[in-house]
Amino acid sequence: MKAERRSADVIVIGGGIHGCSTALHCALRGMSVILLEKDHAGRHASGVNAGGVRQLARDVAEIPLSNASMAIWHRIAELVDDDCGFTCDGQVLVAETEADLEDCRARVADLTLRGFHHEELIDTKELRRLVPAVSETCPGGVVSRCDGAAIPLRATQAFKRKAESLGAVIREGVKVEKVSQDGGGWRVATDAGDFLAPRIVNAAGAWADRIAADLGEPVPLEVIAPMLMITTPMPAFIKPVVIMRSRKLSFKQFGNGTVLIGGGYSGTALRDENRTILDWRKLATNAGTVRDVFPIMRGVPVVRAWAGIEARMPDDLPVFGPSARHAGVYHQFGFSAHGFQLGPGAGAVMAEIVETGASNVPIDGLGIARFTQQAH
Amino acid sequence: MKAVTAIDQLAESYDLVVVGAGPAGLSAAARAAELGVGVLLVDENPAPGGQIYRAVTTTPVSDRDVLGADYWRGAEIVARFERSQASYAGSCTLWSIGPDAAVPEGGGFEIGLSLDGRARLIGARQLILATGAQERPFPIPGWTLPGVMTAGAAQIALKSAAIVPAGRTVIAGCGPLLYLLAGQLAAAGAEIVAVLDTTPRSNWLKAAAALPDFLRSPYLAKGLKLMAKARRSLRFVGGVTGLAAEGADKLATVQVERGGSVETIACDTLLLHQGVIPSVNLSNAAGCTHDFDTVQHCWVPRLDDWLSSSEPGIAIAGDGAGIGGAESAALRGEVAALGAAHRLGRLDASERDRAAAPLRAELARALRGRRFLDLLYKPAPQFLAPRRDETIICRCEEVTAGQVRDTAVRLGVTGPNQMKAFLRCGMGPCQGRLCGPTVVELIAEANGTTPAEVGYYRLRPPVKPITLAELAALPQSEAAVKAVVR
Repeated sequence: MKAERRSADVIVIGGGIHGCSTALHCALRGMSVILLEKDHAGRHASGVNAGGVRQLARDVAEIPLSNASMAIWHRIAELVDDDCGFTCDGQVLVAETEADLEDCRARVADLTLRGFHHEELIDTKELRRLVPAVSETCPGGVVSRCDGAAIPLRATQAFKRKAESLGAVIREGVKVEKVSQDGGGWRVATDAGDFLAPRIVNAAGAWADRIAADLGEPVPLEVIAPMLMITTPMPAFIKPVVIMRSRKLSFKQFGNGTVLIGGGYSGTALRDENRTILDWRKLATNAGTVRDVFPIMRGVPVVRAWAGIEARMPDDLPVFGPSARHAGVYHQFGFSAHGFQLGPGAGAVMAEIVETGASNVPIDGLGIARFTQQAH
Repeated sequence: MKAVTAIDQLAESYDLVVVGAGPAGLSAAARAAELGVGVLLVDENPAPGGQIYRAVTTTPVSDRDVLGADYWRGAEIVARFERSQASYAGSCTLWSIGPDAAVPEGGGFEIGLSLDGRARLIGARQLILATGAQERPFPIPGWTLPGVMTAGAAQIALKSAAIVPAGRTVIAGCGPLLYLLAGQLAAAGAEIVAVLDTTPRSNWLKAAAALPDFLRSPYLAKGLKLMAKARRSLRFVGGVTGLAAEGADKLATVQVERGGSVETIACDTLLLHQGVIPSVNLSNAAGCTHDFDTVQHCWVPRLDDWLSSSEPGIAIAGDGAGIGGAESAALRGEVAALGAAHRLGRLDASERDRAAAPLRAELARALRGRRFLDLLYKPAPQFLAPRRDETIICRCEEVTAGQVRDTAVRLGVTGPNQMKAFLRCGMGPCQGRLCGPTVVELIAEANGTTPAEVGYYRLRPPVKPITLAELAALPQSEAAVKAVVR
């Protein structure tokens, strides 16, 4: 037990999949690490999200990070000694109209010009082959065949355990209260005393704006509570994860037959109480979309609905990279409800940046300066 | 009483919504309505009575001696409720409790109800949860075989449909209800070949200190009568330390361990029961704080003198507030109703206190001796945390005791919510009702901690399942904006 360790090469604030992945990759690079988590690893967004491992339909600014991550997901057990429940059955974006399909065509053409080939335009025949249950009127869509899904809390905890086995000190139930400069390094004050390190990574998710504010880099972070629901098991009828082009829906059937329904509808997040409040009227809209697109689902009981507490940035892109103000400070938050897939790769890239100052994986457009220097 | 038979007959909002039509809910609703409060009583059963007075107005069991005088007392409680102005929605499930967004200053609730395949959201200024007790899970090897059921389930069949198990029946476990049921089933004509008592002999010593109160309690005479009746007519086996149900595709025998000796009893039905615990799923999902009661060995909501929970506006009455039995449930229902009426401005503090004083005195009398029963019938550790690894503990997801133990130790899992991610225990349609207490027990044992430290599942709504079509038919919000697509 190294619980009394008070200083390290790096302090990671936040035990979500990003914090745990960064801690693991820093440890792999031989750095000493302390990770501070106010609850337990994966308690919030990382543990209760839909588990989608998706490259499909990402903003081009995130695609390099997403690519780096996908390479890790496909060999995840080699890294963390646990397959994290990862399955690869692709993800499909469904076009409901010809206009939708035209948008899909333009998107895939644009990606091709940029040198990205993971998204593939499909016609109605291939769509029906991949997703037989989808309404016959849908003219096609886009598939990302290497995408899949994993079990969120299991994955996050696997990263935590592996980091710990490599010597990282994981302090759960330790709440960061203030971050301040201390000589050439940083002092992280918590409800369990102070910790010191020359470098700190802010991976505090929905609470990261408070750390950023301490550092003089306030950001317009919105706390959201994306809602999900799951049904009782039904006969297998769909393998890939399905999302819609024009409506808010994500849809996934697990191996045990249960169906996970999401769509990014947000309930109310009470981040100081660790609580969320569901909005049934929005879930009704969500259920209505499923009823329309998959009539087979009508009579299926919904057994659970829930929401996680997440950070969303105004442009729906994460804040990722070195601080714009301070040496030795790095940000990794604001993944805006699509950060789970990015976790493994973002941790690897962050550890590389922390150790060497740079990475070959481009992260242009993700820096904190886009919020803090707007006035100038 | 105003019967609500279709979901659109419900008002937009009620002063008070009471959940559960057992003695506590019926008494709370009647008392509040008598005080002029606008009350809705919702209950998922087709007729009032709860579990203890199940089907008291509709049962086909006509011989009054079969179910006993205590059962028929329920008819008076139902009759009082029927004379009141309260609304009553039977066959109606409550699936969600949330804050009412229409009340900007806070306070008040929005609740989700489902009746006859249709769902609706309505308002409630105050809530009394009277969802009663459930049987404590009793996981033994083979308890998922056809032919094995809980004693409570057999009692439901008896009360609501006059059905008794066919063939040779064994009843096993501990607690006062075990004898009551054995007596009821025997009187109804069941062939009971053995009553197996798992009460640990060492409990008698632990309970001895509480004996004086018990000797002055109403439980004593009743209990002695029940036990004498059961022992007189039935084969009674005490000191049972191990149980397993065996059979190829259905129950064939029960293996009974008593210390070192093992006996095999052939039978067609095995009824298991080791006491009742508060049914906390709804209060848990509503966000109420719970504490682990080490005497009753179960989670109990934290309540004040008016049975108000940690969530303002939510009170909890009856066995859901801690096991006390039918008589105390009715009294606690009335106390909770007085508290709610006061909060609704129908009763000032002195009127409320005056009305509550005789109820509290009655309550103290009704609960006297309870501690003795709690201590005496606390289940043995091997029946709370099964020793044999192959014992299934989560029936929905078919998770075994061995898997939980192994995961707790090998992966350092410290709580039931994390355990879900690895084993899916508690993630089936029962939402952990049947595995929660056992999972907590196994984790505590594996990690050398206590159930209180381990905690309990975070319950997710819908507390009872509703169909996708029902959900889709709710009034929708304007949130149907374009998908986040790039």
